[in-house]
Amino acid sequence: MLVVAAGLVAALVMVPLGYVVWFTWSLGPVETWELLARPRVGVLLRNTAVLLVGVVAVSTTVGVACAWLVERSDLPLRGLWHVLFVAPLAIPAFVNSYGWVSLTPAVQSYGGAVLVVSLSYLPLVYLPTVAALRTLDPALEEVAHSLGHDRWRTFRTVVLRGIRPGVLGGALLVGLHVLAEFGALQMLRFPTFTTAIYDHYRSAFNSAPANVLASVLVLGCVGLLVAELWLRGDVALWRVGSGATRAVPRVRLGRMRPVALLGAAGLVALSLGVPVSSLVRWLLVGSSTAFPLGELAATTATTAGLGLAAAALTTVMALPVVWLAVRHRGRWATLFERAAFGAHALPGIVVGLALVAVSIRTVQPLYQTVPLLLLGYAILFLPRAIVSIRSSLEHAQPVLEDVARSLGEPPARVLVRVVLPLLRNGLGAGAALVFLAVSTELTATLLLSPIGTSTLATAFWSHSTSLAYGAAAPYALLLIALSIPATWLLSRQVQRGATR
Amino acid sequence: MSRVQVTGLRKAFGARQVLDGVDLQVDDGEVMAVLGPSGCGKTTLLRIIAGFLEPDDGEVGFDGSVVARAGAGVPAWERRIGYVPQEGALFPHLDVRHNILFGLPRRERTDAVLGEMLELAELPGDLAARYPRELSGGQQQRVALARALAPRPRVVLLDEPFSSLDAALRVSAGRQVTRVLRNAGTTALLVTHDQGEALSLADRVAVLDEGVVAQVATPAELYGAPRTVRVGTFVGDANLVPGVLAADTAKCALGVVALRTRPVSPEGSTVTLLVRPEQLRLSRPEPGGSTGRVEEVTFYGAQVSVRVALPDGTSLLARVDAAGVPVVGDRVGLHVVGAAGVYP
Repeated sequence: MLVVAAGLVAALVMVPLGYVVWFTWSLGPVETWELLARPRVGVLLRNTAVLLVGVVAVSTTVGVACAWLVERSDLPLRGLWHVLFVAPLAIPAFVNSYGWVSLTPAVQSYGGAVLVVSLSYLPLVYLPTVAALRTLDPALEEVAHSLGHDRWRTFRTVVLRGIRPGVLGGALLVGLHVLAEFGALQMLRFPTFTTAIYDHYRSAFNSAPANVLASVLVLGCVGLLVAELWLRGDVALWRVGSGATRAVPRVRLGRMRPVALLGAAGLVALSLGVPVSSLVRWLLVGSSTAFPLGELAATTATTAGLGLAAAALTTVMALPVVWLAVRHRGRWATLFERAAFGAHALPGIVVGLALVAVSIRTVQPLYQTVPLLLLGYAILFLPRAIVSIRSSLEHAQPVLEDVARSLGEPPARVLVRVVLPLLRNGLGAGAALVFLAVSTELTATLLLSPIGTSTLATAFWSHSTSLAYGAAAPYALLLIALSIPATWLLSRQVQRGATR
Repeated sequence: MSRVQVTGLRKAFGARQVLDGVDLQVDDGEVMAVLGPSGCGKTTLLRIIAGFLEPDDGEVGFDGSVVARAGAGVPAWERRIGYVPQEGALFPHLDVRHNILFGLPRRERTDAVLGEMLELAELPGDLAARYPRELSGGQQQRVALARALAPRPRVVLLDEPFSSLDAALRVSAGRQVTRVLRNAGTTALLVTHDQGEALSLADRVAVLDEGVVAQVATPAELYGAPRTVRVGTFVGDANLVPGVLAADTAKCALGVVALRTRPVSPEGSTVTLLVRPEQLRLSRPEPGGSTGRVEEVTFYGAQVSVRVALPDGTSLLARVDAAGVPVVGDRVGLHVVGAAGVYP
């Protein structure tokens, strides 16, 4: 039954991907080649590749460093820093870009794009790394010290190894985000495959060049997935040590303390200070600022409702896939998990248009309905839920389920009384991540939402693209406000794992 | 409380035949240890009895009713077993109270039951609100036992429960756990690779070797009269000395020794004699008696192990009192006290 459920999820997720592949296939090799062998495609390929490498490198390095500072060093005010490092999640990448672009046009370059996009995606590496560090048995580090490894060597040989699945999962997510990013790069005027596809779609509703470009993008995504799979290796990570995990002794920073504090403050100034101050400036001085209260309230309610429903749906869909991948490793399990990841590299607009095309061809009544929109969200954001849930399931010892069964609990009740509570952190984190993503999702929403339904993101986008920066500001503020509870919940849940 | 009956149990993982026809009976209220080297299949046996694994062939019965056989078995959650795995495996998200009461129906999860179980497991009452990570290893172990006992299981299965505890704690925790099991009057099966643990804690010990039960006996019987040389060397230190059979005795490098059992081989045939280290006595060399040279002396406190080499090169282990210990290089006389085991 588990396999069927996971297979069904994987099949649903494969619909947009299948559509792109089918479209390219039916186009034939000759026409496909003619569309690809153009200088413009070469430029796009180079742009996308260098951006990918830059952003993944920067956000992984900085994200792991931040996680280590908060989890393993004696940095003062760690609770506050944790919240501040997670907070950029509450600011969508395109709102962040809007902040930077309206501050200085200098960011409309390669360096600028790497900086702005990395700042936005940092929490995607930071959070799973923190979670992994929390569950890593400190005894392993002590053993390494006893074997003559100093702190730095221990970090490389033991800690990095232990947290590798978490970090790689985060890095993979960043990579996939870069491939799918549309709003921010459009604003930063850094053309990639995704922005080019959007432009094609805008000019011709279901054009061949767009689908061909999309299939190249899919290849890029597959490449990332394979690389991650290869780097991760086949390791089971539930602890084999004794008893429950002990508290971790922290590393004294000593003279490096001011440096670390300064670095953290600088990072927060860039990732939060710049976009927030820009936003405030537009709210205060923008000549086009207006507060249509009724419209704002309705848009907010719609956005929150869609976010909650999508978070629930996505979490439910992620569970069988993760369970299979962690507890029943094998060809099918890996295939389903990778399939669930697959659709994520497709830009929201491709998922959107594929669902539109498929629904018109096969299930007409679903076209432009909330269920179809929710399905689109679930397909897009399933990887977020999977990464979080997987991380906590890998640390939930299977023997606990044996014990529960021996105490007279049938499987369904073992799930409710043992497994779900153990996965609580992962499930909470996954649901919050999906909620955040949905409430700021732009392109798929533009395409799939029923007529007349507008979310904060689409309202913000229509104002800011018509250069009404002031009119866009209240929506941006609401987007951030709406994301704060979920972000806060997320940072607290990861933290509670340590005090328990 | 139940009788557990295992008949002809077989289980293979791929090409490896882990259990190759295991027969075993645990009597009502008995504490039995299953002893074996690592990889002998003892954990597999336990998991099949618990219902986490299905056998390829054979049966497991509780009080005469079959609970496990190939293709059909009572699921683990309906077998009414108690399971205490390595390290206790307490639910990390629940405090001690909720761990202990986990297996009870909601209306039976009362303070009275909790108090009773804490008392049975010899745990202080103020532990109830603690979380597993706040407990010592021994406490975690006893909470796990209380949790297993609370729903009044028919049999308690313990899988190497003390292997993660340090040596001093292991002995006391072992004694405490068996005392709790006996007070509860429950049938228990304890899987271990530690001979000392098995011999000191169990009413009877089953030695599992290469997928079959090699011998089931009380600890004294198993140590004193192992059925095979392999079992004999596994349950304790043993000196193996070649000898030649006479009528009721055997002649070997240690002189003429009495035999514990009547040998099946005919007179004059060569046999292997098993002599425990504490059966070897050291004295001044006597003319005509067997002598050896002291090679190694290991001090354990009240007892001392002395390794002695015979003139023919055979090396023997003797366990003697700390008083009057020889030093390395001494020539000593050797003789055997009591009867030796005899094997063809």
